[in-house]
Amino acid sequence: MDISFKNVSYTYQPNSPFAHQALDDVSFSIPSGTYVAVIGHTGSGKSTLIQHLNGLLRPTTGTVTIGDFVMSRTDKPKDMKALRSRVGVVFQYPEHQLFEETIAKDIAFGPKNFGVSDDVIKQRIDDILPTVGIHHDMLERSPFELSGGQMRRVAIAGVLAIKPEVLVLDEPTAGLDPRGQRDVMDMFYSLHKKEKMTTVLVTHNMEDAVKYADHIIILNQGKKYLEGKPETIFSDEDTLQQVQLDVPEVIQFLWKYEQKFGHSIPYNRQSITDIAQAIKEHIKEVGNDE
Amino acid sequence: MRQKLVEFRNVSFRYDDDGPWILNDCSFTIYENQSVAIIGHNGSGKSTIAKLMNGLLFPQKGQILIDGKEVNAQTIWDIRKDVGMVFQNPDNQFVGTTVQDDVAFGMENRGIAREEMMKRIEDTLTAVGMQHKRLSEPHRLSGGQKQRVAIASVLAISPKLLILDEATAMLDPKGRQSIMKTVSHLHEQDVMSLVSITHDLEEVMMAEWVIVMNQGEIWAEGTPRDIFTRKDAFHKIGLDIPFVGKLTEALRRADVSITEEPLNHEELLEALWTFHSKT
Amino acid sequence: MSNSLIIGQYVPGQSIVHRLDPRTKIIMIFFFVFIVFFANSVPSYSILAFFAFGSIVLSRIPFRFILKGLTPIWFLIGFTFLLHIIITREGAVLVDLVVLKIYSGGLIQGFAISLRFFLLILVTSLLTLTTTPIEITDAIETLLNPLKKVKFPVHELALMMSISLRFIPTLMQEMDKISKAQASRGVDFRTGPIKERAKAIVPLLVPLFVSAFKRAEDLAMAMEARGYQGGEGRTKLRILRISGRDWVALFLFAVVLAGLFATRHYS
Ligand SMILES: Nc1ncnc2c1ncn2[C@@H]1O[C@H](COP(=O)(O)OP(=O)(O)OP(=O)(O)O)[C@@H](O)[C@H]1O
Ligand SMILES: Nc1ncnc2c1ncn2[C@@H]1O[C@H](COP(=O)(O)OP(=O)(O)OP(=O)(O)O)[C@@H](O)[C@H]1O
Ligand SMILES: [Mg+2]
Ligand SMILES: [Mg+2]
Repeated sequence: MDISFKNVSYTYQPNSPFAHQALDDVSFSIPSGTYVAVIGHTGSGKSTLIQHLNGLLRPTTGTVTIGDFVMSRTDKPKDMKALRSRVGVVFQYPEHQLFEETIAKDIAFGPKNFGVSDDVIKQRIDDILPTVGIHHDMLERSPFELSGGQMRRVAIAGVLAIKPEVLVLDEPTAGLDPRGQRDVMDMFYSLHKKEKMTTVLVTHNMEDAVKYADHIIILNQGKKYLEGKPETIFSDEDTLQQVQLDVPEVIQFLWKYEQKFGHSIPYNRQSITDIAQAIKEHIKEVGNDE
Repeated sequence: MRQKLVEFRNVSFRYDDDGPWILNDCSFTIYENQSVAIIGHNGSGKSTIAKLMNGLLFPQKGQILIDGKEVNAQTIWDIRKDVGMVFQNPDNQFVGTTVQDDVAFGMENRGIAREEMMKRIEDTLTAVGMQHKRLSEPHRLSGGQKQRVAIASVLAISPKLLILDEATAMLDPKGRQSIMKTVSHLHEQDVMSLVSITHDLEEVMMAEWVIVMNQGEIWAEGTPRDIFTRKDAFHKIGLDIPFVGKLTEALRRADVSITEEPLNHEELLEALWTFHSKT
Repeated sequence: MSNSLIIGQYVPGQSIVHRLDPRTKIIMIFFFVFIVFFANSVPSYSILAFFAFGSIVLSRIPFRFILKGLTPIWFLIGFTFLLHIIITREGAVLVDLVVLKIYSGGLIQGFAISLRFFLLILVTSLLTLTTTPIEITDAIETLLNPLKKVKFPVHELALMMSISLRFIPTLMQEMDKISKAQASRGVDFRTGPIKERAKAIVPLLVPLFVSAFKRAEDLAMAMEARGYQGGEGRTKLRILRISGRDWVALFLFAVVLAGLFATRHYS
């Protein structure tokens, strides 16, 4: 589903001494099937933004359009459930939403609410388990007996079981160990490719943003600061420094390399092996010239 | 030779009498004024080690000595004065209703006079850069700010050892960097040892000594340089190596010989420069 | 947290009302609650109203904000008013609607009671608006201190209160987060038959309890790590001090009291 924000502003607790404008005139559009990363430092409005994607929040001014669903201060889709069954959200620390007695029931909770039949749910669970790396034998166990990492996977499975067309991820790997982080991110990426999902990732991890996203949106104090392709976004250090965002380490290294050797190796998301190859070729070349 | 501050002698631990051993025959030493990083996969026993160090748990086998004193039910009140701890979740360790109350909490427990408290609150909040927030309530602070308050409240009782148990895990990169800066600054100034339990490789690189945990056992220890040469094995135990390590590895595979193990960009560039001059 | 109810919410400020010792405020409110029931004439009500509105003006909290925050209470006040009009049968009949006769006595009675109710709520919400919960706790702890002699756990009680206060906002945020997560999984908290809506509470409450327990466990651990071992031998950072303005406030309050009883006496 295409996503578009048109001059969206959002204020928490309006007309009170605690009023706080968290989004300020944000506009962008994302074609269906894109992998978007939303970045920006703490409090920049990322979580507020993504809550507009499934109608948890409605804009104070402006319009949000998701596929055929249109939301503004006065307009609300007639069938909110239909929207939520098509936009799945994995919140920060999603394991906090687990509550059922068994893992199977918890995964089935979402689809059941959206009226999916038991047979279909069962089929979906069978499909999802290997993807998230949960063993079939565990289905009848309580989700509260699991380790943190496993709980996270079960919670994610509970959102995937809804079979959303848009998958929204709010810092999905916080607190996992390095391998867990990589596994989970790779899993979302392969799902994105396989199911042709539109994926919206909120992250503080610049490496993940360049690695997976086709398009990056940077928020700063509620405003859209910059958007574009990862290669272009990260090509200008000064603009990023102004909003105190880091440049991924690969790019930092390539810049330093250029300074030292006077030769630029442009970054276009090549693997580390390819970068090593490019460095080697350059060094050899220089060697041969001398 | 530096004085020993923490000594684990063949420590084993389990939470339940019939449960599995969570720590298995662990021995290591931490010296005065040393900075140590403990790394390992989720559930490898890092937090358990931290809790054993200040008597929140007691080992079933083996001995733990802090500054020469054995940790047991009689000594814990003294030991907790020497060993301060900052936990992962910023919200769940903030006891006071305002910043200054939280910093005071540990001092109040030890019966420190009010004038002295006021002075130390001022000093420690300044040290962590939070003096302007001294009257703020916790829910009006960011995670990073709460963690800095937690550090201040530990510093207020001037411990000999500061343990950070994934204290930056729930923070954004900026919050994480500012905490790391604060901590390393404090570490340089004070005579205080530092144990940071972390998944963040940048933090690991800053430590003098690294202890690697795997399934309740000490899998390796050494300087960051030594540790990160064992790349292949690292993946097997669920850990990652820093970017510089990965690139070095890839370069070696491409027949660019790099002899010393570089730790940061500068060292790697230097090594490449040397290689390039030779060819 | 888009709650319009302001009772229990603190609005930071530096006004004279904010800076009064919480004990002074609590004592004044304690007596105010009693004397409101002694008011029986236009002058006496005027004095009380003058006191209440005067305090609000001094607190520099926008009056509109207070009134808006009391919206849910208006309903109760209106209800009280109607009840008295219907029940009371004194004085002249003002309106005769066949099924319902409205007497002048009812009108007056209803008005008086509603006014009392309104003044009470106004003054008590002014306490919470201008006093941090922890100040209230401290004040209660000090006021109850004499009870320590009879082994009443004053310190523990106060600590419990202050920790609960500290965690209320955190748990509210948590609740907001969980209800959003479950709403995203298709739970509908707003519409549908009562039975369904009651069932929708389970996915909200279970995680909330789980997290509250986890927090309690973590907090206990953190407190212990920081050397907490009960109230014995503890010192305190927070101390309350009665200052000149408290005496002035108490004096003025005494004048109000005197005025009130004077109107009673001479009417
Ligand atoms: N329920 C709320 N009530 C009032 N203010 C809020 C609420 N939720 C968020 N805010 C405020 O809105 C701003 C944006 O918050 P948001 O959670 O969207 O930031 P974020 O970019 O997701 O930050 P983080 O990286 O820390 O998750 C912040 O200043 C925050 O304090
Ligand atoms: N209170 C407890 N009761 C029983 N088992 C526990 C308890 N706390 C931890 N464990 C178990 O002990 C093991 C080690 O836990 P620990 O918290 O020390 O790991 P960790 O290395 O700190 O992991 P993480 O990176 O997730 O913080 C885990 O298998 C965990 O399930
Ligand atoms: Mg957020
Ligand atoms: Mg841990």
